[in-house]
Amino acid sequence: MTDHASTKTITSAPEFRLLIIAVFVFGLMSVLSPDRFLSAQNLTSMAFQFPEFAILALAMTITMLTGGIDLSVVGVANLSAVVAAIILTQFADPAMPASQSVIWLSFAIAAALCIGALAGLVNGCLVAFFGLPPILATLGSGLVFTGFAIAMTGGSAVMGFPDTVAVIGNAQVLGIPVPLILFALLAIVLHLILTRTAFGLRVTMFGANPLAALYAAIDINRMLIKVYVIAGLFSSVAGLIIMSRANSAKADYGSSYLLLAVLIAVLGGVNPYGGYGRVIGVVLAVLSMQFLSSGLNMLQVSNFARELIWGALLILVMVINTHAVTALRGSFAKTPK
Amino acid sequence: MSSDHDTAFIDLRAITKRYAGVTALDSVDFTVQPGEAVCLAGENGSGKSTLIKIISGVEPATEGTVRIAGKERPYLNPRISAAAGVMVIFQDFSLFPNLSVAENIAFATQLSTHERFFKSRATREIARKALDRIGVEIDLDARVETLPVAQKQLVAICRALASQAQLIIMDEPTTALTEKEVRRLQGIIRMLKDEGVAVIFVSHKLAEVLEVSEKVVVLRNGKKVAEGPATDFDTQSLTYHMTGRDVPEVPPSEVMAGAETLMHVESLTKEGSFADISFDLKTGEVLGITGLLGSGRTSVAKALFGLVAPDAGSITVEGKPVPTGDPQAASMARIGYVPEDRLTEGLFLSQSILRNVAIGRLDAHTSGGFLNMAGLVDEASDWLKRLKVKAPDVEAPVQSLSGGNQQRVALARWLSRAPRVLVLNGPSVGVDVGSKADIHDIIRDLASQGIGIIVISDDLPELLATCHRILVMRDGRIIDELDGRSVTEDDLAHRLAS
Repeated sequence: MTDHASTKTITSAPEFRLLIIAVFVFGLMSVLSPDRFLSAQNLTSMAFQFPEFAILALAMTITMLTGGIDLSVVGVANLSAVVAAIILTQFADPAMPASQSVIWLSFAIAAALCIGALAGLVNGCLVAFFGLPPILATLGSGLVFTGFAIAMTGGSAVMGFPDTVAVIGNAQVLGIPVPLILFALLAIVLHLILTRTAFGLRVTMFGANPLAALYAAIDINRMLIKVYVIAGLFSSVAGLIIMSRANSAKADYGSSYLLLAVLIAVLGGVNPYGGYGRVIGVVLAVLSMQFLSSGLNMLQVSNFARELIWGALLILVMVINTHAVTALRGSFAKTPK
Repeated sequence: MSSDHDTAFIDLRAITKRYAGVTALDSVDFTVQPGEAVCLAGENGSGKSTLIKIISGVEPATEGTVRIAGKERPYLNPRISAAAGVMVIFQDFSLFPNLSVAENIAFATQLSTHERFFKSRATREIARKALDRIGVEIDLDARVETLPVAQKQLVAICRALASQAQLIIMDEPTTALTEKEVRRLQGIIRMLKDEGVAVIFVSHKLAEVLEVSEKVVVLRNGKKVAEGPATDFDTQSLTYHMTGRDVPEVPPSEVMAGAETLMHVESLTKEGSFADISFDLKTGEVLGITGLLGSGRTSVAKALFGLVAPDAGSITVEGKPVPTGDPQAASMARIGYVPEDRLTEGLFLSQSILRNVAIGRLDAHTSGGFLNMAGLVDEASDWLKRLKVKAPDVEAPVQSLSGGNQQRVALARWLSRAPRVLVLNGPSVGVDVGSKADIHDIIRDLASQGIGIIVISDDLPELLATCHRILVMRDGRIIDELDGRSVTEDDLAHRLAS
């Protein structure tokens, strides 16, 4: 029993290790490059940079909790952004007064969210009703979504937005970057969904044992569809931020984000086999990655070396987690059936 | 005694095995002579599987010495044990269903020769020799999945013989056999003994193997409680030693006169698993459904809860039809189902005890989209208390509990939903003796509160202790309906296996 009791104390939670890593990386970078890393300018720029892929990581997290994955997040993000961008360029004149362009912007946002939800619905149906393995279903659908975006744009960037569009990605409210606010909101929403709703509890339980979920008369199909719709919605928000920050939309933006999102979710302690994962872990993983990435940038480490370091970090954390998991399993295996 | 030890093929002395504070075996001595057949008897959880695991090298003993074929084995693993001639035939036989009889028999031998290529002729020769040894005719080219259960068992025995088995351990060898097949098995066992091959039967139903055995060893709660020549034991004394109780459990009190029909099942049929299953269940009645392994009892149980979609037939609860093949519809009709395999089907092992109960009541405790955590926790804790679940910490993962307590958690989940009909598939499988009696108490108690209960089990004393009526299944059909309060165990056993 002491084993279980100790796993509940804060210091032994996997998230605590992440906190230490985040603080350590932050400290290290501050020491190595105090005047640049700790500058207000750098801190703000970091806060603008990470929300877009961090939101994709949140989308990844909820699908991973069910033991699935969503490889279409970037495809969904770009398709949503392209649709919003087309609406904006077709109907909103860049010279339009702000009061008018806001209406078109809201319309574009609504359209983007609908596309996200619809894409999620497609993924959810493929996984739930057709029983496809999520990794293949979303790999395929991601290509389809990207394909639609290419077909709509001919592969080139859509640009020429009214100034109001920049609010999503570049503005600050009370000194806090809007993307960061959006990320914080979505993280809180996801946290509440997972810990305070019947749906969230079912998601975790299903991930822990899908067969037992079936035997417990859980409506698995509906639950899975909801999971992928949420992932789709989150992806479309990320798409809007990317669009605003780039002041354009293109079918192949953020191609490195897919891997990054998976990486962050796993770093954040989400069990890729389902059944365990906390939003706080993902947030800490995002911060660690961003600190590391910015810091290395300032130290003028080449991009190749940066990828090497990211990969090493991922493996390190996974090995540590595996050891913890094995030890935990070992202690359970000893209890007789 | 010392000469016993000297000649013994298996010689275990003062074996103790502890798992995380629980003593599964407590200083047990155990010997098997060459050519001897030993019955290892004990209830679920008595430690008999642990003892087998130690002999076959799956688990190391915590204390004590293991000698196999006269050699002390301080370090054992399944390969060392098999090389010494210890072969275990599990209940599912662990055969390769898609390979032929010959390939299955010769597989292990062929591997151990370290030949690079698979030799078809040698394979057939090995298989032929093994089959001849026990005087059995089975088509060498038949795919194993097409064979009936009894023949699969023979293939497994031949595989053990082909690997130079000195000791064959058979786990529950008779649960799926008819009486005729059991007699044939007895003949084969005699033949093996004449050739000097020792046999250990592991079972909680021993009447059938008692007559071919020399020795009986009874385990209870990890201790050896009885040992002696097989002639000294009969079913009754075995049961006494196994359970440690003299007083048999009380049969259920009568169903209330004029009890209404709660559930009506009409001609439920599923091609290839069961046919024409019809019965009524009254309020407060406990109905047993029994049959050998493969008789279709589990498929019927699953069909009642929508986990198997029948091709034809209907289920009604309190006069309302229940859509078949849909667990949610069954659950809405207030049918509950506690599955046979707690570990894979019943529980979310890594999740907390509390969550495992609460998962059934999430919607009832949701208001404004959010869960009322306090209400959920209170209700679940209340059920855990009512079912006397011994858990120091309800936030601990459910896998930290013993089998009996796990089963109560599974029950609590359904009881909290106030079911009208509760289908219990193997309610006390893998549960220790004390908990088993408690679970039977709970079943009788629930019935007296008006819940209709269907107990699916092949544990005859369990059926007799809980059921008002017992349906016997064979080959997917109901062949008998018995009054649970008047039928005897022997009669029931005979009808089951005839």
